[in-house]
Amino acid sequence: MSQWIPVCQYSQLTNGLGVCALVNGQQVAIFCVEGELFALDNFDPFSEINVISRGITGDLKGRLVVASPIYKQHFDLRTGQCLEDDSISLNVYPIETVDGVVQVMTAPLVKQVA
Amino acid sequence: MSAKQSLIVVGNGMVGHSFLEKLVAAGGLDHYQVTVFGEEPRPAYDRVHLSEYFSGRSAEALSMVKEGFYQQDGLHLKLNETVQQIDRDVKQVVTSKGQTIQYDQLVLATGSYPFVPPVPGHDRENCFVYRTIEDLEAITEGARSSKTGVVVGGGLLGLEAAKALKDLGLETHVVEFAPRLMAVQVDDGGGAMLRQKIEALGVSIHTGKNTKLITDGDGAVHQMQFADGEVLNTDLILFSAGIRPRDELAKQSALVMGERGGIVINDQCQTSDPAIFAIGECALWEGKIYGLVAPGYQMAQIAVDQLTGKTDSQFRGADMSTKLKLMGVDVASIGDAHGQTKGSLSYQFIDDEKKVYKKLVVSKTKKRVLGAVLVGDADEYGNLLQMMLNDMVPPKNPAELILPQSDGAAPQGLGIAALPDTAQICSCFNVSKGDLVGAVAGGCQDIGALKAETGAGTGCGGCAQLVKQVLDSELTQLGVEVKKDICEHFPYSRQELYHLVRVGELASFNEVIVSHGKGKGCDICKPTIGSILASCWNDYILKNEHAPLQDTNDYFLGNIQKDGTYSIVPRVPGGEITPEKLIVIGEVAKDFKLYTKITGGQRIDLFGAHVNELPAIWKRLVDAGFETGHAYGKSLRTVKSCVGSTWCRYGVLDSTSMAIAIEHRYRGVRSPHKVKMAVSGCTRECAEAQSKDVGIIATEKGWNLYVAGNGGMKPRHADLFATELDDETLVKYIDRFMMFYIRTAERLQRTSVWMDNLEGGLDYLKSVIIDDSLGINQELENEMTHLVGTYQCEWKTTLESPEKLQRFSHFVNSDELDSNVVFVSERDQRRPASKEEKITLQEVS
Repeated sequence: MSQWIPVCQYSQLTNGLGVCALVNGQQVAIFCVEGELFALDNFDPFSEINVISRGITGDLKGRLVVASPIYKQHFDLRTGQCLEDDSISLNVYPIETVDGVVQVMTAPLVKQVA
Repeated sequence: MSAKQSLIVVGNGMVGHSFLEKLVAAGGLDHYQVTVFGEEPRPAYDRVHLSEYFSGRSAEALSMVKEGFYQQDGLHLKLNETVQQIDRDVKQVVTSKGQTIQYDQLVLATGSYPFVPPVPGHDRENCFVYRTIEDLEAITEGARSSKTGVVVGGGLLGLEAAKALKDLGLETHVVEFAPRLMAVQVDDGGGAMLRQKIEALGVSIHTGKNTKLITDGDGAVHQMQFADGEVLNTDLILFSAGIRPRDELAKQSALVMGERGGIVINDQCQTSDPAIFAIGECALWEGKIYGLVAPGYQMAQIAVDQLTGKTDSQFRGADMSTKLKLMGVDVASIGDAHGQTKGSLSYQFIDDEKKVYKKLVVSKTKKRVLGAVLVGDADEYGNLLQMMLNDMVPPKNPAELILPQSDGAAPQGLGIAALPDTAQICSCFNVSKGDLVGAVAGGCQDIGALKAETGAGTGCGGCAQLVKQVLDSELTQLGVEVKKDICEHFPYSRQELYHLVRVGELASFNEVIVSHGKGKGCDICKPTIGSILASCWNDYILKNEHAPLQDTNDYFLGNIQKDGTYSIVPRVPGGEITPEKLIVIGEVAKDFKLYTKITGGQRIDLFGAHVNELPAIWKRLVDAGFETGHAYGKSLRTVKSCVGSTWCRYGVLDSTSMAIAIEHRYRGVRSPHKVKMAVSGCTRECAEAQSKDVGIIATEKGWNLYVAGNGGMKPRHADLFATELDDETLVKYIDRFMMFYIRTAERLQRTSVWMDNLEGGLDYLKSVIIDDSLGINQELENEMTHLVGTYQCEWKTTLESPEKLQRFSHFVNSDELDSNVVFVSERDQRRPASKEEKITLQEVS
């Protein structure tokens, strides 16, 4: 059963930067870009380590992305899709702010196609 | 398959080695078992740049041999061994070690020996010639006890030799038989200008002097007595009065010889015995000996062609045009420099203020360039040479070709597109325009790549401007827009962005993108602009507006590793560290179980720290007096040093103190890429300074400065930039060099590639930094002074800010560590577990 889990204060986030939250034992990367929040897997499938939250954010051809800090692949912040490799995408989680508290849904928004 | 033939090569000089390189490239080792004899103790080295040995370049650095070349199968190099005898009837040679070897084909590349005029006393002690590294070592030794030195011979090599004596600190004289210097290559006007320039450098020139006798000196070792009754006292004499072919072996073997020596060859470079070739300075073609290396390389290619079945290839003579730098003076001679062609016209340009002399020789009809002499400024060399070689029609008023352009307009180009593809652009490596065009089409779209692919411009460098012109013209023709936009957010190169930030006094990424870009930025432009902002204003890089621009290394002030942990490198300036500090590092490493390794830059790297642990580790280090080493930054890394004169019995200056001072000066300065420096206390070069962006080598008369070297994937030896500097000038030059690099390099461009891509390369860089040709040196120094004055240890600042420290946690909502980071033990230390090991460990637990 999926549920909202509070993770931090909205004020703890910095525009353009990510943090990593532990959500039901899962590592979730959370980004704030110009007020909008995004939550994706923190696990980078290319380097196989938990570092997505430490990537640099930006936009490429109109899509908001984060770049893995290890080998620099880009992931769409909204869909988790890897821009360099169609077969790879990160799970994306519902995220919202309630009374200044950021909360994340424990189950991914879009199920990855196996 | 038939057995391989035996090919013997006699001589391992520049031409002999070039022959072998070309043979290997042509697949010759499939057909020949090659044996090479060299009489010197070392394989081929660059004799053309021999004088650099005295300005600090080592014998190793002069070597022309790529690693592993003589270790190839089918190629056998025998050093310290000569061929004594060729028995042509049975096709075998006898060597100085008594060996007898059969040959099917033989190549003589025995070169030449320096001519010593048979003046009585020429064989006195402290009289030398200038040909081999052993000669140089003997000269160096002889110079120790000498105050004055004389070079006999004012030709090209003689002036090179004079530079060598000057570098050794001798009061130097040049004695020339002819009435002017470089009599073969330049005319009276050029010779006179050259003389003025060289005398201004402190070398005394004596022309029209016929030495009659060398005898005991008056207050010096020798006295030279001249035919006109004058005398010159000197301690050391160096003969450099021309060369003579080394043809004794050929003579003994009854090959056809020239009347005045030289092994006669035909257009195929064969001697009178078709199984024997002769190439280089020992060979005589149509009555001519070619005393330059480029024609020798051409002969080498012809011989290789003949031996590998391309029998239609012919040697048809070589152009003897040359461009060189003698004691820092540009001198060039093209074609009929003396205007001896019947009816030829000449034009001269003399600038007495700048000491420039130029002469152009054209045909009677003014339809062809026949020759030229350039002294003091040889920029037109490439253009004029191509016009001559390709029969290109000069402008209506040919004098325009040598007249200076007003207002610094671009020099008169020759319209490179008009050149035929067969035009040879680089004579050192025989690269044609067609070769360059092909390489550009094949993807070499910047100067660095083009040079690396074709070799053009990497020899004497005389063709560098032409290579650039070909590149530009081809890119335009291919319709390639030379786009240097760093990414989709900014239509600018890094250099342009730097300028916009500096001039517009922009202080944040936001200001830059609002005024000059579009969108939100990306992982290319953010760190680039972050770095530019730091290079200009030197703010604390984790200030809130700057933090999102930083790569993870800069963000966490550590170096991320494959498992997501970070490594820590405290600064150890100059590699000098007290035992107390060493113990602190050891204790910290022990307490945090960090894997410990000594770096190549004389520091200690501590691996395996979780982000959560970084502040505690750095607290201990900062408390003990350490500061960050910026191992994570695109900035100065280390200044490596040897112990220098403080401890070393050979050291001549205190390299450690200089290294520490330099490291303190440039620490934390953000640049387009990482920068490494080193200081060696003597020419033994234990700090390997010539492999660094900035290398400093002590000499008895001050510091020699080298620039634009690097190790890594494509190693490059640094170039000698300036010599015998005092401390103050040294620092000034480095200040300017660094700031000019920061201003103008592209993103992630090391100094080596940057310099190779500067139009004009090293010479241009010297003109900017030493002669202030752009008039910006004061600005550059002021900018560096600002950076030095605003330095802060980023870790110290970070530790003082509780807010910043909050970032150093893997989870925003938990103090747990990343469970995916797993270590195993190896050789008594931790290392990241492999994927397989992680699975096994999980199964066990």
